[in-house]
Amino acid sequence: MSLAHRIIPCLDTDGSRVVKGVHFEGLRDAGDPVELAARYNAEGADELVVLDIAAARDNRPTFLETIRRTAEQLTIPLSAGGGICSLEQARAVVRAGADKITVNTAAVQCPELLSRLSAEFGAQAVVLAIDAKRDGDHWQVRIRGGREATSLDAVEWARHGVTMGAGEILLTSVDRDGTQSGFDIDLTAAISNAVTVPVIASGGAKLPRHFVEVFTRGAADAALAASIFHDQIQSIRALKEFLRNAGVEVRLPC
Amino acid sequence: MNVTLIDYGAGNVPSVERALRRLGAQVETTNNTEKIAKARCLVLPGVGHCAALIGALDANSLRHPIRQAIQRGTPFLGICLGLQALYESSEEAPDLPSLGILPGRVTRLPETVKLPHMGWNTLTSTRTSRLLASIPAGAYFYFAHSFAAPAAGQESAATCSHGREFIAVLEKDNLFGMQFHPEKSGAAGVQVLQNFLRVAA
Repeated sequence: MSLAHRIIPCLDTDGSRVVKGVHFEGLRDAGDPVELAARYNAEGADELVVLDIAAARDNRPTFLETIRRTAEQLTIPLSAGGGICSLEQARAVVRAGADKITVNTAAVQCPELLSRLSAEFGAQAVVLAIDAKRDGDHWQVRIRGGREATSLDAVEWARHGVTMGAGEILLTSVDRDGTQSGFDIDLTAAISNAVTVPVIASGGAKLPRHFVEVFTRGAADAALAASIFHDQIQSIRALKEFLRNAGVEVRLPC
Repeated sequence: MNVTLIDYGAGNVPSVERALRRLGAQVETTNNTEKIAKARCLVLPGVGHCAALIGALDANSLRHPIRQAIQRGTPFLGICLGLQALYESSEEAPDLPSLGILPGRVTRLPETVKLPHMGWNTLTSTRTSRLLASIPAGAYFYFAHSFAAPAAGQESAATCSHGREFIAVLEKDNLFGMQFHPEKSGAAGVQVLQNFLRVAA
């Protein structure tokens, strides 16, 4: 036996409600985060991610309340993020009940943020979220919810982020996000093989075989999905049974 | 059951508190030396950097009251860093002595595997364990750490392996410890916490 591959449902919220969209756009309501958190906890999710995708708006207290209410439902780890750009904001998120802090745009703008978070909370609590988009023979890092290009190469940024203190990479393929056409296996493998920390693959999941591929050929340590779980296209338990039968080690709760 | 939860500012104090309360424990969260020295049951949670924990214990003059309570026979549970703090020292903060209640040194897991050791792993039982009562073989627990204590000490009731073997469940007289996070380990985690409360009662 060894470390199980993790299945992580993601709740993209506008602060208080779960929302969803394709390619980070066209958002619509997908439910109550607290109810969904309780359901996923019971169904055998290994961890939960809650993101505030409208973080630019002034709704921080609402999001902190969402974290608090979500954490109350969980007996599994909770990561929270979206617009976190200071140690003070990270402290508030941890105090509200998050075990890990997810940072994206702010880390690109100021990589030292990763070191500061890591020094205070430990590397295991610092998740560097990278939104990557294919650009010829490499992947370009995008920020601000995938909308804005940067000059960073995703593989190099992942390596640098780990050096700066990230304990985990949450890797989203901007090309695949919301398409349900499968994870970007090449991207995931490139990042996972380049870094010494666990990698969570995200973007494009639909079928159980997509998860098998990302855990085997993609070398992912965990896989994240949102709408297929929210819309009950895929149950977590059935997915895990499929994975186990395919020879992928997963935690099947009793 | 009255539990005194040592609060030195660690991130997981609220979730450990919540988990204990769900099990019906009366939890007092404190860094008061007197309350800790006189506690009937002590829990030291921990997450993050070892130096932060030891530094905070020193800043609050908590070394002595914790040692006093343990020597008096008070049931003590260390979680994650709280377990590691029981040993003499840690490679994570080589110049800072830990509590030194158990012999041995906490060292970094090998670079041959991905670190932190993050996620759900299984245990290998080394002897009969009170904490693991009613836990089915092959149950998974949630780990999040890069450093760990030796597997070989007589205090070891179960081990885990990631790059090397290390202690996962610690039981020695009134001393208990878990390298994993029971407060984040689903139903299995709830069960081991309940077992601790039962043993401590």
